[in-house]
Amino acid sequence: MENRPLEYDYTVAKMFMFTTIVLGIVGMLIGVILAFQLAFPGVNLILGEGLAEYTNFSRLRPLHTDAVIFGFTLSGVFATWYYVGQRVLKVSMAESKFLMTLGKIHFWLYLVVVTAAVVSLFAGVTSSKEYAEFEWPIDIGVVVVWVIWGMGLFGLIGIRREKSLYISIWYYIATFLGIAMLYLFNNMAIPTMLGASAAGESGIGAWYHSVSMYAGTNDALVQWWYGHNAVAFGFTVPIVAMIYYFLPKESGQAIYSYKLSLLSFWGLMFVYLWAGGHHLLYSTVPDWMQTMGSIFSIILILPSWGSAINMLLTMKGEWQQVAASPLIKFMILASTFYMFSTLEGPIQAIKSVNAIAHFTDWIVGHVHDGVLGWVGFMIMAALYHMAPRVFKREIYSKSLMVAQFWIQTLGVVLYFTSMWIAGITQGMMWRAHDEFGNLAYSFIDTVTVLHPYYTIRGIGGLLYLVGFLMFAYNIYKTMSARPVEERELQNASPMGA
Amino acid sequence: MFHWLEKHPFFFAVGVFVTIAFAGLVEILPNFAQASRPVIGTAPYSTLELAGRHVYIKNSCNACHSQLVRPFKSETDRYGHYSLSGEYAYDRPFLWGSKRTGPDLMRVGNYRTTDWHENHMKDPASVVPGSIMPAYKWMFANKADIDTAFAEQLTVAQYFSVPYNEPVPMRDGSKKIVKMGASIAEANELALQEAKLIAADMRDQDVKDAVARGEIPEIVALIAYMNSLK
Repeated sequence: MENRPLEYDYTVAKMFMFTTIVLGIVGMLIGVILAFQLAFPGVNLILGEGLAEYTNFSRLRPLHTDAVIFGFTLSGVFATWYYVGQRVLKVSMAESKFLMTLGKIHFWLYLVVVTAAVVSLFAGVTSSKEYAEFEWPIDIGVVVVWVIWGMGLFGLIGIRREKSLYISIWYYIATFLGIAMLYLFNNMAIPTMLGASAAGESGIGAWYHSVSMYAGTNDALVQWWYGHNAVAFGFTVPIVAMIYYFLPKESGQAIYSYKLSLLSFWGLMFVYLWAGGHHLLYSTVPDWMQTMGSIFSIILILPSWGSAINMLLTMKGEWQQVAASPLIKFMILASTFYMFSTLEGPIQAIKSVNAIAHFTDWIVGHVHDGVLGWVGFMIMAALYHMAPRVFKREIYSKSLMVAQFWIQTLGVVLYFTSMWIAGITQGMMWRAHDEFGNLAYSFIDTVTVLHPYYTIRGIGGLLYLVGFLMFAYNIYKTMSARPVEERELQNASPMGA
Repeated sequence: MFHWLEKHPFFFAVGVFVTIAFAGLVEILPNFAQASRPVIGTAPYSTLELAGRHVYIKNSCNACHSQLVRPFKSETDRYGHYSLSGEYAYDRPFLWGSKRTGPDLMRVGNYRTTDWHENHMKDPASVVPGSIMPAYKWMFANKADIDTAFAEQLTVAQYFSVPYNEPVPMRDGSKKIVKMGASIAEANELALQEAKLIAADMRDQDVKDAVARGEIPEIVALIAYMNSLK
């Protein structure tokens, strides 16, 4: 046997890189439109009165969240899995015809489900549950896609050469199991055609309509157990998987502490699921669950910061790389935003803070410093690292990357600072009483006061979108304009000037 | 132990699953054992109200409006009595929302009227100057889906024992019977009767004509639902 490194097959990784970028643009563009609709309601008629039903805020809002979660982020997770998985397990997809076929089916079926989801949300077919809006036919599609991914994942692990599972693999396994459990239980519903036919009527109403298995408070409890942990297993766990691979690889530094990764991983697994109750503070779910939600949210700082500190300390003695390499910049800022966001979340989960923050834009701000700063930056960094290797070409432009980095950072900062101010302003105005004990403000006062912050937020979002388009352009030019390299680099990605 | 687990993916996966499933078992199951029972005064939705609830969901009204009054003076002053678990007993799905871009709607039926909603849905800023809510004019043209609402009534009566056609205790000591049609024709007839009462309070001539023809525009169903929120 020749003494040369293994060659890997990136066919499926490339396919998912493509959807990461396309769905990222779609999701973020809709987000920017939504932001300006809140600042300038006329934007609801962006395509005219005739199409108002399909362009107004309420119809687009689930499309934005789902396009970013299940489109951009999930594509990024799959793209990196089909890249990282092979490399840390030391086995190529090309070695198994079965796994290769499975990977391709995974992609095409994913595309079909995404298309069906987009059409149904535009049509207003929704279960109303956040990040679980899809009706049962699409849910079944989601489950099939997920099972196929799981088969591919465990299949590749099954034929691995490297016996010990690297940290990233732990997190990918957890992503698979976590989402599978949450998605199944939260979407339990009875199609109404079953109920109708049991009552002697058949073929009544919309065939795709269903009714939730849970009612009222129970339904809320299951939904936020899901909603919070969809964030955990979609926006945290797989992104940690990425940074554990890409940061050491790009910087040439070993992970700072194995023990810290152990503590963070198992801590995160145990603690995260309890914290869902913090979405339901002062609601009608039992008090002890609300308190548990609060307490475990605070405890959650430990494993979250464990991972983030492990990442930052991995750069120990090599900080000059942050200045030199835009790719390292993206990853260091991502883990910094991860620390920031996982401190902000627990603060909002404290009952007395939540009394002000809940239902306001501060929550929206929190979600976005996490998703734009942490998830978005990490996925883009991952794709930047992968691109020279899967296309065997230098990254097109380093200066474009640097410009993109600063534009997007400014965008994120504008976004969360304006939403902090908006959220706290509104929360305080809602509860303000005058000297006679009457409410000081009517509701509309608390809406009109937000106009400047909504405008700033829209600009912040727009800057981030512009940066993302620069990213897409840079990747496109990398694919098409650069000469093919002879060999692959081990660490830092090759970049053009 | 961890080194061993990292070499044995099956047991590793089992370990992860047990760790993440634990919280769900402890937190969620006990509450299910004592599933929420309706409080006195909470009745199931009529066919038209349910169709209106579907319009509400179809347009993601819950993206901007909550239906959860928290137990604070500022909220009870603004919206009425704080929410009780049993008031949601017939809510499938729950519609608490997570963001108040607009005000809470838990008890909107107590302080808004049919004609207020009619004008507001046509042009929100004309009723509430400064409002950033978009207009929902298509609801005056689109037809409500009564058949699906009826199918849902049959389903919840069948699987969750929702008390249709049975006396339900009200707060003033009286009993209320929410009727569900025995057939699809009867269900449509019941919904139309209710729609006529709503349309009588409306000004839009097209809506009045449609109801007179036996059709039910979405806006009529939505207002029926809004008025039922108390």
